[in-house]
Amino acid sequence: MDKSGIGELLRQLVSADGPSGSEEAVGSLVKELSGSFVDEARIDALGNTILRRAPRPQAAPAGRIMLAAHMDEIGLVVTRIDRGFLHIGKIGGVDPRLILGQTVTLYPSGPSSESYPDGLPGYIGSRPPHVLPLEERERVIPLQDLRVDLGLAPELVGSGFIRVGDRVAVSGPYTELLGGRIASKAMDNRASVAAMLGALGYLDSMTHSWEVYGVATSQEEIGLRGATAGAWAVAPDLAIAIDVTFAEQPGIDDSETIAMDQGPAIGWGPNLHPGIVRALRETADALEIPYVLDPQPGATGTDAWCIQITGQGIPTGLLSIPVRNMHSPVETVALSDIDRTARLLAAFIGRLDAEILNRLPEEV
Amino acid sequence: MTELSDLLERLSNEFGPSGQERKVRTLIRDEISPHVDRVEVDALGNLLAYKQGTGPEPRLRVMLSAHMDEVGFMVTRIEKGGHLRLRLVGSIDKRVLLAKRVLIGEAQIPGVICSPPPHLQSAEQRVKVLDADTLAIDVGASSEKEAGAKVKVGDYGVLASRYVTLSADPRWPTVRGKAFDDRAGCSALISILGRSYPVDLIAAFTVQEEVGLRGARVAAYRAAPEAAFALEGTICDDTPAPEDEDRTAVTRMGDGPALTLMDRSVVSHPGMTRLLEAAAEAQGIKIQYKAPGLGSTDSGAIHLTRAGVPASVIGIPCRYIHSPASILNLDDLANTARLVAAALELISQQDLVRQG
Repeated sequence: MDKSGIGELLRQLVSADGPSGSEEAVGSLVKELSGSFVDEARIDALGNTILRRAPRPQAAPAGRIMLAAHMDEIGLVVTRIDRGFLHIGKIGGVDPRLILGQTVTLYPSGPSSESYPDGLPGYIGSRPPHVLPLEERERVIPLQDLRVDLGLAPELVGSGFIRVGDRVAVSGPYTELLGGRIASKAMDNRASVAAMLGALGYLDSMTHSWEVYGVATSQEEIGLRGATAGAWAVAPDLAIAIDVTFAEQPGIDDSETIAMDQGPAIGWGPNLHPGIVRALRETADALEIPYVLDPQPGATGTDAWCIQITGQGIPTGLLSIPVRNMHSPVETVALSDIDRTARLLAAFIGRLDAEILNRLPEEV
Repeated sequence: MTELSDLLERLSNEFGPSGQERKVRTLIRDEISPHVDRVEVDALGNLLAYKQGTGPEPRLRVMLSAHMDEVGFMVTRIEKGGHLRLRLVGSIDKRVLLAKRVLIGEAQIPGVICSPPPHLQSAEQRVKVLDADTLAIDVGASSEKEAGAKVKVGDYGVLASRYVTLSADPRWPTVRGKAFDDRAGCSALISILGRSYPVDLIAAFTVQEEVGLRGARVAAYRAAPEAAFALEGTICDDTPAPEDEDRTAVTRMGDGPALTLMDRSVVSHPGMTRLLEAAAEAQGIKIQYKAPGLGSTDSGAIHLTRAGVPASVIGIPCRYIHSPASILNLDDLANTARLVAAALELISQQDLVRQG
């Protein structure tokens, strides 16, 4: 595994569509991409893809760690079919302001929909400015007034192969910018899935005494649901969630963001176990991996939030990858931050021994 | 001659905001050169192609026009942190700008228009439309120097989207792409040049339509036509309106070429409207009329040239023009080319006489 390998993982991961609750395509891809790095891969009742890697060299595990990176993305759902056009509702935190003028893919589910395995291209159009009074252009169009136009004959759209409830994914292809930065849709949170798979890849050339579960979780954007079930099933001794955080960008106060290209952010606050935070920082320092400490005074809004209170409680850490324009089809990351996250995770796991579990209670 | 859809695809994907139409012009010149007698490029960048008629002299001198330029933006500043500021070229509803991919300069440097994370927006901010001059473009650069190595102040840019077929059904063939206003007109005009007509033709592929019909004005002066047709990817607002809203669709996609009786820039010559209606009837082409009073076209400049020119506009309905992508029906496009070709066979001095 190396940085370019992680870039390739990322490119493939963002090419799949997986609005919350419909993660099948992403889950299959995760299984496929994890191939040689894991000993077992399965998909559970909630749609989590659970990967397991045994210790190397093979031995009884000294402990079990769970990595969690959610693979779902925000999206849209068909709420009504009206004279050839589709009304839409949101899945997760969609901002209607930036949905206007986006290309989308509809995944039909009715009879004969199997003719469209790759979905159907559509567009969320705007009325031509020529017909709008100037004051109209100052009004944000609410989601319920936006339509998906598939460009199909109205009779066909209404023929039954498209159904209310069908999913719509906003398009946003992998776009290489300058300086190793990449823009795409669904960087939240495929960037972290790429880091997780990258970590398993790095571990492939290392020794580690712990058993590693890598869970690509489902339904995070609509309430941390996949991780809730996944953490219970895996029942790890400790867990690290990987998610994205706000990167600095124009128009946003620096106090709310993290610098880009300065390494991952290590979360700190009540959601995160101080002993794990310490161990992550020590590992980063030892490997000279840059990082930023990310103060999180309350809910982190990540899988770490639900994993921590699973069962009798799980010591949990959080690594975050800075992303610009979050919840848009132009979410932008620095590839170097993803690679550093992967290397930090692998090194952290490589350093885990039987002792750490005895020390953790003293650090709370 | 190349298929219309293939022409439209290549033209739509090409880069050509108002003021920098060179790449579109090159594509068109290569395409039409074998089919015309000569081509010229004038002082503003208009491409004029001359094609002698096959009828007996004196032959009518007819100008056909379509504009090459598209709406876009210009880079006005590079910030210390490497972000770019922009101003719009032509009329774009600022609401469509957030979180879009862009291509900058003829080198096509990719960038994205930044969009604030909704999580970090107050309730007030979420219902506020952001002005174009407050937006920033991210090309990935982290310094003014890094950005400046690839992008210069004054570079033009466009909203990026690739041409795609939406419906391959031959009864309803639709496609999506950028700049159909007016690469649709350019495609139709190129295909019209594939054969000869009784009249002498001057085909003008014009520049700077979107910033004020500038190219057509001087092209028409040079061409000095006796009659002129503009071919235009036009307004189509046929998305179903709410039940309580009384709204004209302006034109409807799939209902055929749209004749303009009157827009904001021109009152079509009645003789030419009758000619187009007769040509449509003779060919069995279904036509529609664009709702009056909306939009401006090159004919607005052309009909006021010299002592005045009988002029008309034939529109190809395009949904969502002046946004990152438009949708059109290829039958509307093909029938527009057929209709104009048929009118060129029929047109005579008689059509250009004002009655009364």
